[in-house]
Amino acid sequence: MTIIQAVLISLMLVAAAATSVFKDLISAVVACAAVSLLASVLFYLLDAPDVAMAEAAIGAGLTTAIFVLAVVKTQRHEG
Amino acid sequence: MRKVLALLLVLAVGAGFCAVLAKIPFGTDKVDVANHYMRKGVEETGAGNIVTSVVVTYRGFDTLGEVTILFIVAIGLGAVLFVEKRPAGEQKEEASLIVRTGSKVLFLPIILLGVYIFVHGHLTPGGGFQGGAVMASGFLLLYLAWPRHRAGRRTFSAVESLAGVAFVAIGLLGVACGVGFLGNFLPLGTRYALLSAGVIPIIYVAIGLKVGAELAGVVANLMERE
Repeated sequence: MTIIQAVLISLMLVAAAATSVFKDLISAVVACAAVSLLASVLFYLLDAPDVAMAEAAIGAGLTTAIFVLAVVKTQRHEG
Repeated sequence: MRKVLALLLVLAVGAGFCAVLAKIPFGTDKVDVANHYMRKGVEETGAGNIVTSVVVTYRGFDTLGEVTILFIVAIGLGAVLFVEKRPAGEQKEEASLIVRTGSKVLFLPIILLGVYIFVHGHLTPGGGFQGGAVMASGFLLLYLAWPRHRAGRRTFSAVESLAGVAFVAIGLLGVACGVGFLGNFLPLGTRYALLSAGVIPIIYVAIGLKVGAELAGVVANLMERE
């Protein structure tokens, strides 16, 4: 494991923890998107560009948009 | 008490994962099937991208299943979120000038990138699913910039249905030509050329259009619903 991969994995862990800690759901969704984006960079470094593309487009792009739409149409803060 | 239970549960699941992962021989010799794909894949299917040769040719039937699942998801979402007529007099906020201008500049390049990805699915990384998702994100940008305009939901369902029918029809043509469902009945052509690898580019164009129309339709349905 190179240093870049170790850094990416630790950032992913931080973002994943942030997702569950944030009370503001929009912030949680953004942290969730960060996990996907970092995962897609990691996939690229692990020689899986096919998976990296799918993860970036679906995980970081469309899923985030769908979550944001859902949050906007319900409640922004976890009660 | 509940937190302690949750922690115990997480630890148990984690221990299970560790036990399983420890048994998987990562990086050692591949099994016969994987070896066959890696050595003979390019030769047999004519696709330079081995991932594509597996997804579309060797495991084409699984791909049909995946596309079907996505189709059912899109239908289910459409059924739950469908609004026949929006109440009159409803006004949506206009997006900011930056978003509108940005979407004008970026929409066509994004669609072009998506089309490039699935047309070159047999040559470069990516394929129908990735290209379709990129195209859908282009439509998402369009919807964010112009929330009042709702063009295209009917077009999306038409494209989706036609692409799905094309996918199955190509599979059945394979049966008619005696090479089995989703088998290759076209010449393989020059290796690494755009028009090569038999039916793979045709199937990937169908998958790309289908996935793109489905995801764009899902986004359109979600934006519509108040």
